[in-house]
Amino acid sequence: MRFRAKIVDLACLNHFSRVVNTMARLAKMCTLRLAADKLYFILSDKVDNGGVSVWCELCQGNFFDEFQMEGVAAEHNEIYLELVPENLSRALKTAQNAKTVKIKLTNKHCPCLTVSVELPSLSSTSRIVTHDIPVGVIPRRLWRDFREPSVPDFDVSIYLPVLKTMKSVVERMKNLSNCIVIEANLSGEMNLKIETDLVSVTTHFKDLGNPPWVKDLENMAEARIDIRKLLQLLAGQQVNPTKALCNIVSRRIVHFILLHEDVSLQYFIPALA
Amino acid sequence: MPLSTQPPGSGERYVLSASLDNARHLSSLLRAVHFQDHASCFATANGLKVTVEDAKCLQANAFIQAEIFQEFSVQEESVMFRINLAVLLDCLTIFGASSLPGSSTALRMCYRGYGYPLMLFLEEGGVVTVCKINTQEPEELLDFDFCSTNVVNKIILQSEGLREAFAELDMTSEVLQITMSPDKPYFRLSTFGNAGSAHLDYPRDSDLIEAFHCNQTQTNRYKISLLKPSTKALALSCKVSIRTDTRGFLSLQYMIRNEDGQICFVEYYCCPDEDVTEPNL
Repeated sequence: MRFRAKIVDLACLNHFSRVVNTMARLAKMCTLRLAADKLYFILSDKVDNGGVSVWCELCQGNFFDEFQMEGVAAEHNEIYLELVPENLSRALKTAQNAKTVKIKLTNKHCPCLTVSVELPSLSSTSRIVTHDIPVGVIPRRLWRDFREPSVPDFDVSIYLPVLKTMKSVVERMKNLSNCIVIEANLSGEMNLKIETDLVSVTTHFKDLGNPPWVKDLENMAEARIDIRKLLQLLAGQQVNPTKALCNIVSRRIVHFILLHEDVSLQYFIPALA
Repeated sequence: MPLSTQPPGSGERYVLSASLDNARHLSSLLRAVHFQDHASCFATANGLKVTVEDAKCLQANAFIQAEIFQEFSVQEESVMFRINLAVLLDCLTIFGASSLPGSSTALRMCYRGYGYPLMLFLEEGGVVTVCKINTQEPEELLDFDFCSTNVVNKIILQSEGLREAFAELDMTSEVLQITMSPDKPYFRLSTFGNAGSAHLDYPRDSDLIEAFHCNQTQTNRYKISLLKPSTKALALSCKVSIRTDTRGFLSLQYMIRNEDGQICFVEYYCCPDEDVTEPNL
């Protein structure tokens, strides 16, 4: 099992950092899956994270100048690691103006992702900062737990409004209620609703547009979800998506997809009973 | 900015209906009196008054005169209800507390009368939010009976002068002692904290003092914990009028200018701190 990768381009590095920062804000612990052409950050549906799951997929070729990996076996050419994304995020913070960043799977006292950051300096010798991030290697028999979540047939799929607007609305609503109803139809309308003893608030978005692959319907599909989980996504995301959309399976799940060029981030929030 | 969603059943009669191009003009004033979650609202043809009280010793009033609103109509002589101010503020700032330049939240506010919720319709950039805030039984408010004929001393100060003073006050002191006098020290703020006493004097010819009408030397103490909420209004204001009456009651009137240059007032009344050693009569 071997893995080493190198980023030279500053824009790629910043982009990669933003993805890692986003993961750090969405999950305490996550799985990093390495394949020959792709990387995945995965948070799978577990009760202790409130049933939220995240699936973030990136093409290594768009970030890394070098990317060599050898999986556990030729027919299973992948590596699954468990890590605290905050640690990786912190390591990359020191790399903001780095000349190069190398990431390597090493075995020190325990398996580590070793991040070596080469920083520019005034003299001819450059400074190197090394972070060893402990990781857990996930054995092959457990890989099946980290398959891409299947999306049940959704009732509605809709493009999201400007996330900044949505974030400030959800932030205020969070002060007022613990759960939020998100409903949408295929005429480009989406409503966010809260209702408590003191107040009921509904924000109506319209003309959002629906992706072309859905059938035509006027009816609203709705799901009531934990408002903190939604805010976690809106406040935590740093990928600044060029496209963001939301799929609703009535009373079951809300599925968000944020797309930024080559990065796709999927976020699943189960509906409350 | 026209609201794209009309209030449901626009034929229904509202005892109060108002609209405002920029909801921030209302929310920033309300924030200046937000130190308790419950507020009483009074609307008359002159405008809206929002009152918040604490410990039967402090009362704050925000006045939003009818001219601030683009439309303000009251069908009865006066309309009164109590409301949760924290909820009202969250609703008013649903699109964010600081709006982007060039965009503002338009507001329409309606109330059908006793027992009905306060309805808010907010719109920004084509997105509409409808809020229904339940109102509560109005409560009897304190009457500080502070009338201008009983005013002994009055000083009008540029707010920056008081902002500096409040920022440097020794908050370990339980009270703030205010001395106003026609003679030296004219206007003195004193604290008595863990690290000793501190006195801050303003000369009467200071540039910060715009008007000085002191008739009699008066020294009163006020609980700092009660005065602290007024710093929210102080932060927004351009001028402050400090007055005391014959009983030593304190009135702080803050003049607040909004982004459009309109002027509103927020007023705080505070009781003096009773001297505990004084025998009960």
